[in-house]
Amino acid sequence: MNAHSTAIAARNLSKVYRRGTEEVLAVNNVSLEIQTGEYVAFIGPSGSGKTTLINILGCLDNPSSGGLDIAGRPVFGQGRPLSERELTKLRRELFGYIFQKFYLIPTLNVLENVLLPCTFYSKDSGAEERAAELLRSLGMDKRMRHLPGQLSGGEMQRVAIARSLINRPQILLADEPTGNLDSARSHEISAVLQELNQRDGLTVILVTHNTELAKAAHRIVELRDGKLAA
Amino acid sequence: MLNIYTVCYKNLLRKKLRSSLTIIGVGLSAWVLASLMGFNKGYEASLNRDIDNMGFQVVLTAKGCPYEAATLMLKGGTSLRYMKEEVMQTVAANPEVESMTPMLMQAIFDPNKGEEGGMSAYLGVDPASYPQMKTYLEFKQGSWFKNPEAYEAVLGYEAAELEQREVGDMLLIPEKEVELKVVGILKRTGTQDDGTIFIPVKAVQKIFGRSGELTGLGIKVKKDANIGQLEQKLYELPDVQVVSLAQVKQTIMNLVSTAKVMVLSIAVIAVIIAMVGVINTILMSVFERYQEIGILKSIGAMPEDIFKLIWIETFILCLLGGMLGAVMAFGLSQLTEVLIRQLLPYSPTGSLIVLDSSLVLTTLVAVLLIGLLSGLYPAWKAARVRPLESIRSEMS
Repeated sequence: MNAHSTAIAARNLSKVYRRGTEEVLAVNNVSLEIQTGEYVAFIGPSGSGKTTLINILGCLDNPSSGGLDIAGRPVFGQGRPLSERELTKLRRELFGYIFQKFYLIPTLNVLENVLLPCTFYSKDSGAEERAAELLRSLGMDKRMRHLPGQLSGGEMQRVAIARSLINRPQILLADEPTGNLDSARSHEISAVLQELNQRDGLTVILVTHNTELAKAAHRIVELRDGKLAA
Repeated sequence: MLNIYTVCYKNLLRKKLRSSLTIIGVGLSAWVLASLMGFNKGYEASLNRDIDNMGFQVVLTAKGCPYEAATLMLKGGTSLRYMKEEVMQTVAANPEVESMTPMLMQAIFDPNKGEEGGMSAYLGVDPASYPQMKTYLEFKQGSWFKNPEAYEAVLGYEAAELEQREVGDMLLIPEKEVELKVVGILKRTGTQDDGTIFIPVKAVQKIFGRSGELTGLGIKVKKDANIGQLEQKLYELPDVQVVSLAQVKQTIMNLVSTAKVMVLSIAVIAVIIAMVGVINTILMSVFERYQEIGILKSIGAMPEDIFKLIWIETFILCLLGGMLGAVMAFGLSQLTEVLIRQLLPYSPTGSLIVLDSSLVLTTLVAVLLIGLLSGLYPAWKAARVRPLESIRSEMS
């Protein structure tokens, strides 16, 4: 992985939603670059457009206009919008996602939850060993056979992180990953993200309301009314 | 390694009660379906066997209600109207006739039968021709009487049990105060013969004062002869009626068709209820997992993966339900038979419900097809969930 290459390059991204007859400009002409191995935190008040922007950067949504390159690959701005299938293919090859809710399958144990993405798509063989290794590195090796209901919130988020990393993503997108956790557990998760960035060189994009957590990032990007704050 | 089937199976474990109820619903419909198909097969086979066991294809009786004649015949005798013995000569003149056997049925009230008394039926048969037509009859003890006028009796298996008689014992005909010597006891046949007391026809005529009279004449037709043509000729005989066993069978099948329609309606309703149950269960599960399905898509599941996931869940439910139904069909076939017998105007002896592996397999395939059809809409709905919408619903 080249530490100086561009992971994400956004050019004049805009997103317009239609709410009834009214048009809402959620993202307004945003241009930015995120380098490979960078840890970027997006902050801003509710309704500032940070989630919409992150969804576009994470290939969960199409922009209304503008261009986007991921790992040097043009994704948007090359004509027609991408279909749901094309977006899914991009996502599973390039991204790992962590959400505020953990969305672990309650009847699958910790190891099986981490392996879940591999039932749909797997980049290489040896997924089980990799899952065990990820859980070990996240301090969850003693809990592999436990069900999610037997874990604390912080532990569940660690499992969700391991799940997001199972297919070796280039970019980890964490949308309010500590939103459901208390302060101590939030710092634990923040430390894990920081370690993944520093030790493994993973590009981390964090969306948070918590300015304390954002401080761990290399760069903080603030959004207001859909625009990058000056 | 985790596979999609394990994920589906474990998904169904989340709501154990709901999944169990759906499986039971599918199981019940599979049970009804298997039993219905088994009934369709078993009833006709039993009826055919009963008719084949009669040993003759055409019965001549004195003129009367043909339905009464048909029912009496199948229940163990012939109509209690009388025709003259001379008719035998006329019938024997037909080239289609291979052999014939005269029968004289008599019934009498026996005050010692059961707690409150009951009717005892005696069937007078010809020792020369009757055993040849009923070759399947085997003896537990003794043999047929040889003398056509002897005061001897052969008891069907159940008649012997009821009368508590063995070979060598005497059997009293109430009112007539005549004693018969038991010379044979038949093995169980599963037919009306089990409850019959056979006496030489001449002896019955003498004891009951019916000299020269018969209640029925069983006619065995030559193998390649035209039964229809013979029946046509017999119709022309005065004061007798011809009962073709093919007609009897058709008449009974017509009577039973009403019951069949009823059972079929129950089966259709059961299948529809099971289908609605499956759709409801899977659809509920899809709605409950709306966000989770979106997340699965964000972590790499394609629409067809989600479709497959939901469809396999439906498949598992229906497979387990179908297997439960098959076990129920086999395990409860006796009970089902009792229930069906109560619905029918006439039930042949023997098993009414015949279940075999091909029938169970057909039921299982039918249930799986119906189930997979039911799973189409929920699976399609789930496959269309967009990850972004699910994430937005999380935000809200």
